Amino acid sequence: MSYPTDRKYTKEHEWITADGAIGITSHAQDSLGDIVFVELPKVGTEISSGKTFGTVESVKAVSDLYAPVSGTVTAVNESLATAPEQVNKDAHGAWMLKIKIKDPAEMNALLSAADYEKFASEEAGH
Amino acid sequence: MSVVEATPLAAPQNVRKTALNAVHRQMGAKMVEFSGWDMPVEYPAAIGCGIVNEHMAVRTGVGIFDVSHMGDIRLAGREALAAVQHISMNDASRLAIGQAQYSALLYPQGTFVDDVIVHRLGEDEYLLVINAGTREKDFNWVRDNVRDNTRQFDCKVEHLSDDFTQIAIQGPKAVDLLQKLTDADLSAVKFYWVTRGSLCGLKNILMGRTGYTAEDGFEIYIPSDEETSARVWYAILDAGKEFGAVPCGLGARNTLRLEGKLPLYGHEISDTINVWEAGLDRFCKMEKPDFIGRAALEQAKAQGLKKTLVGLEMVDRGIARDGYKVLDNGGREIGYVTSGSPAPFLKKNIALAYVPPEQAAIGNTVQVEIRGQGVKAQVVPTPFYKRPKKS
Repeated sequence: MSYPTDRKYTKEHEWITADGAIGITSHAQDSLGDIVFVELPKVGTEISSGKTFGTVESVKAVSDLYAPVSGTVTAVNESLATAPEQVNKDAHGAWMLKIKIKDPAEMNALLSAADYEKFASEEAGH
Repeated sequence: MSVVEATPLAAPQNVRKTALNAVHRQMGAKMVEFSGWDMPVEYPAAIGCGIVNEHMAVRTGVGIFDVSHMGDIRLAGREALAAVQHISMNDASRLAIGQAQYSALLYPQGTFVDDVIVHRLGEDEYLLVINAGTREKDFNWVRDNVRDNTRQFDCKVEHLSDDFTQIAIQGPKAVDLLQKLTDADLSAVKFYWVTRGSLCGLKNILMGRTGYTAEDGFEIYIPSDEETSARVWYAILDAGKEFGAVPCGLGARNTLRLEGKLPLYGHEISDTINVWEAGLDRFCKMEKPDFIGRAALEQAKAQGLKKTLVGLEMVDRGIARDGYKVLDNGGREIGYVTSGSPAPFLKKNIALAYVPPEQAAIGNTVQVEIRGQGVKAQVVPTPFYKRPKKS
């Protein structure tokens, strides 16, 4: 599996681009299975680093989404409400939120594509 | 994101494996612990699987399940019928040789030890197919009640669970698939009847037209050595290619049985829920000779129901999950969800729930509490799905 290098990753399997687009990783969608429901905050909501900002549900499981960094929601991908399977088809293209990042320095604490890939493959090996 | 299982299960001390365990892993299945067993929950998207695809294959074509974790108890001997009558709630005297029935083992309180399928295999020979998580409990319970201080039935009780690899072939194309592999005339076998025949070179294999998917299909019982189990599994998949057969895991098994309102032990039925509450009246024959649980059920019937099992369909956006609270329209807690999931074939979010009888009318609206919010749901007729009658 290849992870785009234009963004950073979390150990909770979210990704975030430098301009604040957030989604979940290909590894995450694969372990969840068929995604049927995504619940996201409204534009204007403040989200804070490491705290939950939404929920993603597959047929069998409910999972919380965690904010990679703090910021204010500027856009929500409304198409996921009716077509959540986009996350399975293209996890790295199907953004969920766009945020205005509060402190860009917080990005430095996140994983690079290579580090995340290593982390995810170790986790999958368990 | 952190994956939280919607149905948390107690961590078993020893995880058991079926004879097909290595095959599932080789096929890339996602494995989970279920009732102490290491079982496939779904197979990979790369081979056309995943819960939704597996579910749809069973509704429209055919799917193959390893259900070897199910248990088997054989009762044989002069008083086998009397013993089966004593320990189960359906009327086994109605079974012809080769016929099967849905039934349950009950505690004296009228609550469930387990639900079972009773097969009559011979004049004085019965096979009970029981659930994985209740294997030992069921066997001990059957053995102890067939021979207790007051009554000893002249009948042998054997635990055969480890003798069989049990494979379910389910879906409208299941008969066509299995017929390619056996000399038995499957078209002559009615629903809930069994036959025997050769299969993949094995002689005298038991094949029952039963299942847990609300679809037509067979369950077969083959020797449980790994080599034979793998050979037959791959032969079935291979023969199923022309019908689009896919392997199916416990994820699809659960959504299929939920659409058909088939109860799951520990959810719709348990040692605290009685037969009337679970709505299984038609499988409980009060007029047959006495059986364990009968007296308590008589009393419970006279007292009336405190809760009853209903089908819910979500009206507003949200998915009810096992254990979620059911609220009335004023936000007061009135019951709980026993099983809830998206229904892949019906494309609705459905649930089974216990509510007071006065809230159980079809069309009544209630709320399911999802992450602290009441989400509107409606009581609907069940089963949610009924397979179309063959023309």
